[in-house]
Amino acid sequence: MIPAGFAYHRPADVASAIAVLQEHGDEARVLAGGHSLIPMMKLRMAAPAHLVDLQDIAELRGIEIGADAVTIGAMVTQHDLIAHEGLAEALPIIREAALQIADPQVRYKGTIGGNVANGDPGNDMPGLMQCLDATYTLAGPDGTREVKAREFYEAAYFTAREDDEILTRITIPRPAAGTGWAYEKVKRKIGDYATAAAAVLVGKGTASVAMTNLADTPVWSEAASAALAAGDVEGCVAAMLEAIDPVEDNRGPVAFKKHAAGVVLRRAIARAQSRAG
Amino acid sequence: MSKTHVKLKVNGREVEGLAEPRMLLIHFLREELGITGPHIGCETSHCGACTVDMDGRSVKSCTVFVAQANGAEITTVEGLANPDGSLGVIQEKFREHHGLQCGFCTPGMITRAHRLLQENPNPTEEEVRFGIAGNLCRCTGYQNIVKAIMAAAAELNAAKEAAE
Ligand SMILES: Cc1cc2nc3c(=O)[nH]c(=O)nc-3n(C[C@H](O)[C@H](O)[C@H](O)COP(=O)(O)OP(=O)(O)OC[C@H]3O[C@@H](n4cnc5c(N)ncnc54)[C@H](O)[C@@H]3O)c2cc1C
Ligand code: FES
Ligand code: FES
Repeated sequence: MIPAGFAYHRPADVASAIAVLQEHGDEARVLAGGHSLIPMMKLRMAAPAHLVDLQDIAELRGIEIGADAVTIGAMVTQHDLIAHEGLAEALPIIREAALQIADPQVRYKGTIGGNVANGDPGNDMPGLMQCLDATYTLAGPDGTREVKAREFYEAAYFTAREDDEILTRITIPRPAAGTGWAYEKVKRKIGDYATAAAAVLVGKGTASVAMTNLADTPVWSEAASAALAAGDVEGCVAAMLEAIDPVEDNRGPVAFKKHAAGVVLRRAIARAQSRAG
Repeated sequence: MSKTHVKLKVNGREVEGLAEPRMLLIHFLREELGITGPHIGCETSHCGACTVDMDGRSVKSCTVFVAQANGAEITTVEGLANPDGSLGVIQEKFREHHGLQCGFCTPGMITRAHRLLQENPNPTEEEVRFGIAGNLCRCTGYQNIVKAIMAAAAELNAAKEAAE
């Protein structure tokens, strides 16, 4: 379990980090909490020649709670998300989801930026970010650009991010007062990735529904969201089961995953509705 | 790959060394520094036997490069003993309540329990179980580990009250 050797960089600001990425192209990778990347490097499924550690970059930290939107720095850890009282009030669904990720040690290191940039269909934050209609800010050699979470994921480990771009911040619009919310996940054991998970927001005439680990990208469904907005729970579940595309693996065969998806989604909807008002 | 100079504080002591950046913190602690309290169980980020405290957070030292830890302050199970070398409160409670059998998971458990009680000095049993979810034990069935941590919390709180 010894990873391949690499040169280690620890820049103090985003511009210097981008410069290293630009210089080394696809030989270089960004290192955030390392709790997806280091396991991959130990298995030699990744062997970057240059690692750019983001831990010293202050501008990638911080959570700002605005009147209309919440902004979260890429290097904010899952532990920070759970501990932040303003965030728990503004967007309690983030805390509910973060508490279901891995275990305490992983949550102290794992960052929201790494979780959403990784592109692993098993990560919980991407589906949640699609449900919340988040926007990612990407900084590259030519400046910054914004990409919607709903347009960011292309296939497993393929995203709209270019090799020389760093995801710096995530901006999330605050749901209207009275919006119900829930993140529900089934897993084989504590600390495991989802067999199926659902993120649900439901308010007066509005809804948003996304699911995790049931396709090679997170799945946000416009049809499922519209059905739930109209109060049609069965229509919402049917549309979502149509949208997902699970594959058989050690978490079970396709039929089981579809069954689990339906159960998880119904539970999430019921809990979100019970919190709406 | 060339080695880099690393400097960290381990159990209150400044240490320096040369290491390849890819060296894992657990290997640096065990092989370079001879601090063999933290164990290697799975080496795949699952079991928590390698847990150490790094800048006030419990981390799995098999999933941290030594280069990332450069400049950090680390506490291992050795650092949780009393200054005279006798067992610290959490260690003593593990002994008293049979919170270990083979002892392989114990250094990670105790180091994790230390941070948990720093953050939540008065946990419920459920909070203890949730808080040690990243530490696996093959022997005890966890009952006595939870008892030991609850007892340690009570003793630490009583000591704090007495001091006030
Ligand atoms: C035992 C275990 C269980 C886990 N269970 C879960 C789970 O249930 N749910 C879940 O969601 N996750 C789970 N994880 C993954 C964990 O949450 C990771 O920490 C997370 O996926 C990645 O965050 P990181 O900060 O560690 O990123 P890293 O591992 O450092 O990086 C991941 C990838 O993203 C890239 N990257 C990181 N930050 C940026 C950035 N700012 N800009 C551009 N690219 C970037 C890296 O180059 C790398 O390719 C688990 C991990 C472990 C070890
Ligand atoms: S050895 Fe590090 S988690 Fe098992
Ligand atoms: S005492 Fe043996 S693994 Fe916990």
